[in-house]
Amino acid sequence: MSHSPFNESPEAAKARRLRNLALGGVLVAFAVLVFVVTIVRLGGHVFD
Amino acid sequence: MPPPIVQATAAEGAEQAEQAEGGPRVARWSDYVVLLKPRVMSLVVFTALTGLLCSGHPLNPILGAVAVLAIAVGAGASGALNMWYDADIDRLMRRTRARPVPAGHVQPADALATGVVLSLLSVMLMGLALNWLAAGLLAFTILFYAVVYTMLLKRSTPQNIVIGGASGALPPVIGWAAAAGHVPLNAWLLFLIIFLWTPPHSWALALYTSSDYAKAGVPMMPVAKGAASTRRQILIYSLLFVPAALAPAFTGLGGLLYLIVSAAGGALFLLLAARVALSRAGDDADPRTQGLYEVKPDARPARNLFAFSILYLFMLFAALLAEHLFTLAA
Repeated sequence: MSHSPFNESPEAAKARRLRNLALGGVLVAFAVLVFVVTIVRLGGHVFD
Repeated sequence: MPPPIVQATAAEGAEQAEQAEGGPRVARWSDYVVLLKPRVMSLVVFTALTGLLCSGHPLNPILGAVAVLAIAVGAGASGALNMWYDADIDRLMRRTRARPVPAGHVQPADALATGVVLSLLSVMLMGLALNWLAAGLLAFTILFYAVVYTMLLKRSTPQNIVIGGASGALPPVIGWAAAAGHVPLNAWLLFLIIFLWTPPHSWALALYTSSDYAKAGVPMMPVAKGAASTRRQILIYSLLFVPAALAPAFTGLGGLLYLIVSAAGGALFLLLAARVALSRAGDDADPRTQGLYEVKPDARPARNLFAFSILYLFMLFAALLAEHLFTLAA
């Protein structure tokens, strides 16, 4: 991994990276959830 | 901003919190999980799921899971907002000083942002996926806990947990509304059970942790009105709570299993509350006491009531859940 642009310690950089990955995961999960809810609510009317 | 009531000692508390945690460090993703109060969240999920299933209204399982998720995230958002606002007093109490904000792991602004964003997402999700009655109740619950309880009541009145308990009692109502789209009397009965359960439960704990609350300037009942008054009020609320807990057996909400569990558990609850009323629990609270959960002999009745109150509430909702799951399966 290249050095951090924020002039932070390796430990802080790793923690920040993991936080960002967790946040990204949450956002992707939310998008998938909204898609699934949309399909469920449309039910049999998807192709109407 | 938090009131200045404890600012004189906040710096000292911050120092203690840092010492307890080995000083501030960078935030980990797990700190944000702690910020959402996962243990409270699990109880909220359990009661909300019970309300949802008790409605008897057919609901797509995916939408049911989304409803419970939205309620859980809303509860987590409330926890984050509470930890943001209460950081100054949290760092003064042994039980709470290791929380992410007072320990310096999460910045207050980050805790606030987490709480606000998750509140908006949970309410929006509930409204779009289920219905806007449930979303409105969820928004009300979050605001009630974060603003009415945390900001207005907690530091100003010994009735804080009585009135604030409404927010903890609403999840089964939200679950019911999510499934059915309306809220009948039986749903409000579930609200009433948790609402009346909260004072004896919280005050039993406060009787043997009151020195911690006093140090933080939180006017919990034993601090503000004394242990004897608290013990009396525990008994009064218990006498109101147990009949409410029995009521679902007579309104068609609970069946025979519920009747047995609520009656047997209710009798034991009243016995334990009476023992607290007759005890000297909380009388000799010593600010020098080390270890929050070190229990002195006189505090044992209060500790027993506190422990059993959790088990009893769990058993009441588990009995309802089991009966309604059985009905669904049949």
